[in-house]
Amino acid sequence: MARKLNRGVAIVGAGMSKFGAFPDKNSRELLVEAFIEMMGSIDKGIDPKDIEAFYFGDAAGEAFEGQGHTAPIMGDWLGLLPIPCVRVENACASGSVAIRQAMLSIASGMHDIVLAGGAEKMSNLSTTRVTDTLADFTDVYSERSAGFTFPTAYASMATAYMAEYGARPEHFMMVGIKNHRNGALNPKAQFNSSILDIMNSKISKAKGKGGAIPTWKDEMDFLHDEGANPIVAWPMRLFDCSPISDGAACVLVVAEELVRRFTDSPLYIIGSGLASCGPLHDRDRLTSISAARVASQQAYEMAGVKPQDIQVAEVHDCFTIAELVAMEDIGFYEPGTAYKAVEEGATALDGPKPINPSGGLKSKGHPISASGAGQVVEIWHQLREEAGLRQVPIKNLRLGLTHNIGAHGSTCSINIFERR
Amino acid sequence: MDKRPFTIASFDQFLAEGKFMGMKCSKCGAFRIPPKPMCSQCYSTELEWVEMTGKGTLSAYSCVAVGTTMMVEEGYDRKNLYCTGVISLEEGPRICAQIIGADSNNPESIKIGTPLKVGFVERGKGEERRTYLAFNP
Repeated sequence: MARKLNRGVAIVGAGMSKFGAFPDKNSRELLVEAFIEMMGSIDKGIDPKDIEAFYFGDAAGEAFEGQGHTAPIMGDWLGLLPIPCVRVENACASGSVAIRQAMLSIASGMHDIVLAGGAEKMSNLSTTRVTDTLADFTDVYSERSAGFTFPTAYASMATAYMAEYGARPEHFMMVGIKNHRNGALNPKAQFNSSILDIMNSKISKAKGKGGAIPTWKDEMDFLHDEGANPIVAWPMRLFDCSPISDGAACVLVVAEELVRRFTDSPLYIIGSGLASCGPLHDRDRLTSISAARVASQQAYEMAGVKPQDIQVAEVHDCFTIAELVAMEDIGFYEPGTAYKAVEEGATALDGPKPINPSGGLKSKGHPISASGAGQVVEIWHQLREEAGLRQVPIKNLRLGLTHNIGAHGSTCSINIFERR
Repeated sequence: MDKRPFTIASFDQFLAEGKFMGMKCSKCGAFRIPPKPMCSQCYSTELEWVEMTGKGTLSAYSCVAVGTTMMVEEGYDRKNLYCTGVISLEEGPRICAQIIGADSNNPESIKIGTPLKVGFVERGKGEERRTYLAFNP
């Protein structure tokens, strides 16, 4: 039976910091930037003292910044004390699960106006320590002990996917090329440049230095160069992996009776699903994440819509293979066919099923606890047709979806939004 | 029958003795590797240790250039990759383990479906040194 909320819940404001590597900014300061932008996005304004609760997604504050019990500290930085400030931890899905918790707190009748979001400061640590911290989100007794890193878990899904469906590493590269093209149009993106731009800039630099000039023919040629695009965990190479990022994002979630006080163009959360699964080896399939199938089913049923009704989606492309698996798990494509859709350009910004217009985690950046909220910020801009150069050219935009994964699929959080 | 408790510590002890032991639920027959103190399928606590044949096939893998600290300390890096993956065991369940003796620096030469046999690998320095599950082609 499809579950329904006891009362409607909508998003009336959304904001994010730029994503990137910022040596001089911590997660609190980045969250303040996101909060200021969110406040400015509320069409009819708000007194922040009206915010009644704050759900803060934070996967690993202790490891990244040596800071525990982060929610009240963030609440202090945002001037929200003494309201309840609750930390939500679901690895890389923490941000979207925080939004879901805000939604539930409103639907329950406990609150009417709630802030939700996430922030992460990852670039403090060396690559090895980031690798260790993210590997802690796998099962330490059965996966990490086998030498699994985070990229390794997805790379393993990639080899299974290639063997089962005949995809090639080039198909993963096509996802990266597409997402970088979108990110080039997003001023908030960590890589605000296409892979072609990156390649040409490396050629110009080599010419400037007077050394050997690379002879890459095109983006694909560049991505096949082990020097330019080294293996991280084969078949995942550098340009298949989301970067190490700093950033923050947040949204204001309110009860339906209050929506018009804030905006005439809200995004209602009409469907929400959340599900879990075990370590990779215990799953029913190695080429699909069952938590994503279950969560999306819940969300579609609650919303009363079908995958083909969704007009724009942000999916969790922490690795390029993850985008292909996501496209199939949320029912946009049959198992084993997503890579062909990418090859045909179906998911490009101007394609029939645009995916990750923001540039995705790959290009926009992946400050892990902020990413899920960042996806919602993008859907906010897209459905309100305020996404500028990266606006998807679809008429009568109304329905958008976010797919946010915690760890390598142990959590999947799906939300469906309708602009009314 | 071995009376050791169904804990990860017991599983690790067996590995140190060169034994690959699985937990089997006496009620529903489900395997849990590594073990759990309760069957997470049927909630039974009537469990038994079963020595696995150690035979399986490779179902998924990766050759890793950027490893965790544990693997970096074992000497693996961008020039010396290690292979790890998911093995489907003859008895049915799957498990993650390092694949020793695969040509890790030539990932494309490794094939899914390759038959594997259980092996063991020691990792860690000083007091942290212990035996981990591994497989060989």
